[in-house]
Amino acid sequence: MTISLNCPIPQRDGERIELAHGSGGLLTHRLIEEIFRPAFAQSCDDLTHDGAVLGVPDGQIAFTTDSYVVQPLFFPGGDIGSLAVNGAVNDLAMCGARPLWLSAGFVIEEGFGIGDLQRIVHSMGAAAKAAGVRLVTGDTKVVERGKGDGLYINTSGIGTVVAPAPVNPAQVRPGDRIIVSGDLGRHGMAVMAAREDLGLEPPIVSDCAPVSEQVLRLIEADIPLHCLRDLTRGGLATALVEIADTAGVAMQIEQGDIPISPPVRGACEILGLDPLYVANEGRFAALVPPEAAVLALSILREFDISAAIVGRVEETGLPGSVALRTLGGSYALDLLACEQLPRIC
Amino acid sequence: MKHIDEYRDPSAAQRCADAIAAITTRPWTIMEICGGQTHSIVRHGIDRMLPEGVTLLHGPGCPVCVTPPGMIDAAIAIASRPDVICCSFGDMLRVPGNSGSLMAARGRGADVRMVYSPLDAVKIAQDNPGREVVFFAIGFETTAPATAMAVLQAEGMGVENFSLLVSHVLVPPAMEALLGDPDNGVQGFLAAGHVCTIAGYRDYEPIAQRFGIPIAVTGFEPLDLLQGLYMVIRQLEEGRCGVENQYARSVRADGNLVAQAAVARVFTVQAQDWRGMGTIPASGLGLAPHYAGFDALRRFPMVAVEPERANVCISGEVLRGVRKPGDCPAFGTHCTPEHPLGATMVSSEGACAAYYRYRRPHTARQQVA
Repeated sequence: MTISLNCPIPQRDGERIELAHGSGGLLTHRLIEEIFRPAFAQSCDDLTHDGAVLGVPDGQIAFTTDSYVVQPLFFPGGDIGSLAVNGAVNDLAMCGARPLWLSAGFVIEEGFGIGDLQRIVHSMGAAAKAAGVRLVTGDTKVVERGKGDGLYINTSGIGTVVAPAPVNPAQVRPGDRIIVSGDLGRHGMAVMAAREDLGLEPPIVSDCAPVSEQVLRLIEADIPLHCLRDLTRGGLATALVEIADTAGVAMQIEQGDIPISPPVRGACEILGLDPLYVANEGRFAALVPPEAAVLALSILREFDISAAIVGRVEETGLPGSVALRTLGGSYALDLLACEQLPRIC
Repeated sequence: MKHIDEYRDPSAAQRCADAIAAITTRPWTIMEICGGQTHSIVRHGIDRMLPEGVTLLHGPGCPVCVTPPGMIDAAIAIASRPDVICCSFGDMLRVPGNSGSLMAARGRGADVRMVYSPLDAVKIAQDNPGREVVFFAIGFETTAPATAMAVLQAEGMGVENFSLLVSHVLVPPAMEALLGDPDNGVQGFLAAGHVCTIAGYRDYEPIAQRFGIPIAVTGFEPLDLLQGLYMVIRQLEEGRCGVENQYARSVRADGNLVAQAAVARVFTVQAQDWRGMGTIPASGLGLAPHYAGFDALRRFPMVAVEPERANVCISGEVLRGVRKPGDCPAFGTHCTPEHPLGATMVSSEGACAAYYRYRRPHTARQQVA
């Protein structure tokens, strides 16, 4: 974890959240004034109202919500705060939208360290600034000790749709190329290694990041984006199976073309996990027509050199199937029945 | 781990498959022992790169698959006590015993925790002095040293609330049991590289001689497996039966002597029940008399280990290589990873799970869903 050293306010380590911080009274106001306002200073309007009044531009808006319960709250490459901001930003980007406004709801467990809360909300402020979105409204609740897991965050987001055509599985066509925006599996393995104290050296760093800039660049370059999907829970495999199922198409991807860094591959081998099912928080798949694939790839490689074309939508084949080609043939990817658990040896 | 890509290089793998084809003149049946190898073979389609007539049988080397259901029931009974924290490896938690799994017990309120190392369980015991922490110790020669270290560490630090439910098993006696079965068709073995990294391969030499069977100590990547198969088939074609080491980058003939010494200190070799395979002499590890105080079954004498109940599941035959997962009428219909009838469908090293994941026809997904 990196902590900004030019933080203008005193660190509040040692102080703890009390139930009264969620009562709406004096302590709630202090929390807003002393913790949230400084952190969100450059990315929020007025947090003292219950809601935000926003000028909506012409055209369509995209709207999303997600809740974040990650453990541990801090991990190499991010924390629950940056994750919550980037998660909402990326969900909007996957709609072909420019993210504009976020809300943030906090459920804090009594006894949670105010210093940790301060670090997390600062991280949210920095992530919002980096992604060009503003935090316009929020809420804080405190639950009794033992009734939460430290901190949960919900973020909702609104953006304006800038893609000129619909971006969803119904637009997917045979021949479309499947591009991933970077190497896979780093977020899931970083969090697992941090949670279970696996002691990987050097530590795997999460890919947690906004992807809105990449998507906006693809749109500006007139790439027909048939479908976009962030590769969060369930990873690339789950995302493609869901898209193939909804679109009623068959896909084929090439094992050797899927970018996975050696540390992630090594950690997955040791634990018996399949990196295709491991979560990412700054990666997406784009399905684009074949004639646009090379340009799209070159744009994505400006952001991450490991971006790659990993497969295509087939002309024929069983609708809803995703075949992974391997050395001696291919097999069908499927939704996992259960959470992946580490193997014995 | 930077070597992984080298061992997955498609052109090198094809060259190796071509070399196998060039020396193969007859049909051969070869068993890979380890479930990790089974998954790699099925996932990468290694068996489909072999000449017609070369058949791979999948062996019993899935540690959670061979754990007797009665031991799982005992773990559940112990874990369900309010004063107990029960720890085991992730894969073990979902495997059904005669009734239910540790994961299901956790859903009912038992304190069941997944650990990555037995030493983590000792730490949990230190952190929870008011509760009994029981580590459900399973696995082959590969994991036994870590269990032994946990016992030695707990003894050294005087951690008294730590105990073990032991179901450790040994590979060579299981190979002998398989070969002693007149129905077995095994003509050669791929031995498990990880196991031999710890135990070495001296114990395999008498087996190779006694049964006239070539054995190659083999790794887990596609090229490892193809090279190991090449070594076994070359011996078969030349009429030889020795032990060769494909996995020399990790395995020495004597293995890891420090790890072996820790195991020898803490455990004694004893007869062991294997799920679906019955009792195999000298094939398991029990706590040595000096460490018997760490035996959870002594601390919880009210818990009995019941025998395995009859079940429609054919996993015993799958583990012995007698039948393949697809031979089971329940495979993919009544038995799936969500609703497993047997351990081989649950574990990431189980043969049925490998076939379910990598070999179902592309049509099956929607039927199951």
